[in-house]
Amino acid sequence: MLIFSVFKTLTDQTVSVELKNDLSITGTLKSVDQFLNIRLDNIKVQDEARHPHMMAVKNCFIRGSVVRYVQLPAEHVDTQLLEDATRRETAVQKR
Amino acid sequence: MAGLQPYVDHRVLLILQDGRAIVGVMAGFDQKSNVVLSDTKERVYSMEEGVEEIPLGLYLVKGDQIVLIGELDEAADKAVDLSTIRAEPLPPIRY
Repeated sequence: MLIFSVFKTLTDQTVSVELKNDLSITGTLKSVDQFLNIRLDNIKVQDEARHPHMMAVKNCFIRGSVVRYVQLPAEHVDTQLLEDATRRETAVQKR
Repeated sequence: MAGLQPYVDHRVLLILQDGRAIVGVMAGFDQKSNVVLSDTKERVYSMEEGVEEIPLGLYLVKGDQIVLIGELDEAADKAVDLSTIRAEPLPPIRY
């Protein structure tokens, strides 16, 4: 739930999503849902010469379950706040 | 939130867990992201020859098989001569 909130604060930022089929897609984060399904706009596939499959695709919906990594813009993430929030959440779960 | 509603009645590219790429007009979807496509074609990529399009007709794809749904820019897609494209097929998802 916490990570969902983090993603919501990052809408309209540029992120890179690496999928579990080794495809990397960069684009503007348009929306996220509870499954961490991601909608990206103005997408660009890394190594387009090897992956011409998505040449004519401008925006896409990525299923949360196939995401391996999301590269976030560091300047838009308050890591201290995130650290405190995650620790608080695990502390609540332990109780 | 990250719903599929904007893609309805649009020509979309689906990438599936086994690496297949299919294009079709999204006729409908549900909350499990099961998707119905009409006028569906599979695009088979290979290094030996151009892209082969196999007509599949009306197709229902189960949500858990879907990796990515992309909106096809029809003008950009028509401008591409598929018979000249040589590419490795996309790898399947590996968890």
